[in-house]
Amino acid sequence: MDNIAGSKPALAWAVHISVALLVVLWLFPTAGLFVSSFRTADQIATSGWWSALSRQERQVPPIRVEGTEVARDGRFVIEGRLFAADTAEVSAWGTNVNRPEEFAPGETADLGDGVTLTVDARGAYVLSGPATFAGQRLPRIFSTAATPPEFTLDNYRAILFDPRNVDGMSRAFLNTLTVAIPATVIPILVAAFAAYALAWMEFPGRALLIAAIVGLLVVPLQLALIPLLKLHNNIGIGKGYLGVWLAHTGFGLPLAIYLLRNYMVGLPRDIIENARVDGATDFQIFVRIILPLSFPALASFAIFQFLWTWNDLLVALVFLIDASGQTTVMTKQIVELLGTRGGNWEILATAAFVSIAVPLAVFFLMQRYLVRGLLAGSVK
Amino acid sequence: MNPALQGLVTILVGVGGCLAYYYVSNQVLDRVLFPARGPNAGRNINRANMIRPWLFLFPALFALAVYLAYPVVETLRLSVTQRLPGGGSVFVGSDNYTRMLGEPKFWEALRNNMLWLVVVPAASTAFGLLAAQLTDRIRWGNIAKSLIFMPMAISFVGAAVIWKLVYDTRPADQPQIGVLNALWLMFEGGPWSWLLLKLVPALLLLAFALAAAWIGWIVIRPVVAAGPVRPGPAGILARAAGALVALGLVWRSLTAIPGVLAADLPYGQPQTWLTMPLWNNFFLMAVLIWIQTGFAMVILSAALRGVPEDTVEAAIVDGANPLQIFFRIKVPQIMGTVVVVWTTITIVVLKVFDIVFAMTNGQWETQVLANYMYDKLFRANDWGVGSAAAMVIMLLVTPILVWNVWNARREMR
Repeated sequence: MDNIAGSKPALAWAVHISVALLVVLWLFPTAGLFVSSFRTADQIATSGWWSALSRQERQVPPIRVEGTEVARDGRFVIEGRLFAADTAEVSAWGTNVNRPEEFAPGETADLGDGVTLTVDARGAYVLSGPATFAGQRLPRIFSTAATPPEFTLDNYRAILFDPRNVDGMSRAFLNTLTVAIPATVIPILVAAFAAYALAWMEFPGRALLIAAIVGLLVVPLQLALIPLLKLHNNIGIGKGYLGVWLAHTGFGLPLAIYLLRNYMVGLPRDIIENARVDGATDFQIFVRIILPLSFPALASFAIFQFLWTWNDLLVALVFLIDASGQTTVMTKQIVELLGTRGGNWEILATAAFVSIAVPLAVFFLMQRYLVRGLLAGSVK
Repeated sequence: MNPALQGLVTILVGVGGCLAYYYVSNQVLDRVLFPARGPNAGRNINRANMIRPWLFLFPALFALAVYLAYPVVETLRLSVTQRLPGGGSVFVGSDNYTRMLGEPKFWEALRNNMLWLVVVPAASTAFGLLAAQLTDRIRWGNIAKSLIFMPMAISFVGAAVIWKLVYDTRPADQPQIGVLNALWLMFEGGPWSWLLLKLVPALLLLAFALAAAWIGWIVIRPVVAAGPVRPGPAGILARAAGALVALGLVWRSLTAIPGVLAADLPYGQPQTWLTMPLWNNFFLMAVLIWIQTGFAMVILSAALRGVPEDTVEAAIVDGANPLQIFFRIKVPQIMGTVVVVWTTITIVVLKVFDIVFAMTNGQWETQVLANYMYDKLFRANDWGVGSAAAMVIMLLVTPILVWNVWNARREMR
């Protein structure tokens, strides 16, 4: 293949460029959310996230003059700055909401009664008047300024660490973790024993069982919602963590058994026969030999199941979240925010990224196992 | 008790309980029930070995039976009964189904699901194949692959938020913060707009029609052409049905081309993408295509690497160009994998719920079956119709289920 591409440099370049385009296209939506989660509400609303890295000329919301008054040359003077950063560049300013671009930087505005106001290009202002300003409402400054790129961690602080924030995700984060970990660990062991029996033990009906599991792989879990909710209510589990763990275990088992059985069948027969000859019981063979050797397959399934349970919405909605809302998970919280905070992208983007971050970390760290599992699960 | 603590306890109890169950049950079998000593030692060992597999299988089979097999039967039962106000239920035959068939929302959901079923697997597989072929040929291909694959890790809900930002709409006098609207406002009706928004879509439709025709021809060829292997009657029927679907798609896309060329586009006005009937379905589908392309790419890339090198080399020697090598040599050899990818994505599409639930909740004619069912079950509290809708999903999955089982059995022989 290389010689085809290599013999035609133009073609090789076309390939490079197409792949780059494809990657950019695929990253672009996620990048938008990621960048937005570090911008203030105001920045998000006034410019697209793609311009977050460039200087932006925009109308700044009015800022009221404030500062300590000093007496100078018989006049009372208040000095201050419009922007904390001194890299901002004011291009026009005003004191009236109807004429926000009345003055150029450096010009002096006459506010009446001998009061004057000056704003320079760097955003420093001087308010000066013949009488004291104490007890008076100070004027507001409207300005149009180019501000450098600015990013903030405040959104994450508010979403994760502010206990009074009703939109906060800290509780939902813990709940999601509480759902995902047991729902990942428990099916593995149950499935591993079953997979061993299906792979290495001879008994009548084995082929039929394997076929049944392949069939159950594709049964839509939508079918299970009402019957299982009824069942849970009848046996007293009701809505709660136990129910959601059991449900995830049940729904994850076909894939787990299928993946593990396919892997275990490929293990060398000699090892197992030798152990049998040496007098090991099936239980010992399984725990001492099969389980350690099957680590890659176990890891593959664990990643699948973790991603699936962490990202799940439907099962949690049906089996976990009750009217009290104490047990809400992140996906549900985000759906609610989409309803109540549809336009507040700083909240939405941050909340979504908090929930995406963990699966992404798992994905990049364990990608090898994920790919292996995918290949084992669908390509034969 | 604190849920996190409860979770920890559950893990310990679950894992410990499993191990204890397997250990104790094996001990009981070997020591108490059929001890391997005494006069019947030999017979006892054989008996123990006949029972042991079922000890290993029991917890898994129990869970599968309760959590997957029983619900299928129970849903079937619920779909033909009606709940009574005081509890209990009464058999109503096909009443729920006729009520469901009488609802326009159901037909809308079914129509949209069919649209999803055609577009999403086709687009994901095509993009995946393209990405796999391209990334296999360059040095930084693995990095590119893992970036395209990344959306697989993102939840459907997370993806919904990501794409809602892309589709965001602001009033006309404000700066647009959604990429799609920002791009849209760059068009003002000049020659570039005509080229990109009319000619390119028309050409894409034409390409789609050609692809559908090609696939239809591949499907029907064994039936009409005299070959060494002729399919059986069931095969002929299935192939004819496939070819008819392909023909329908060719017709629909060809007849749509004049409309695309003549369309009067509202240049300069920001659009609310998710409320445009019919088109909004495609905007929702884009989300799933974006997620599933990575999956298709990973699997197809492994399959492409498995194509024997000498077949490709022989084609080069014979003077085939890269396009010919790809379509005439490689694609036919990985057709089996393409079908597997296609069916896997089809199953995902049939169950698609979160994306629609989070982005439009079925409003503006974007309803799909899974969300329709959820609406019926938990909002309208109508278990009869909800279960009937679930059975429709099951019915749509069944051909794939049968095909999978059939394949698995064939492989095991």
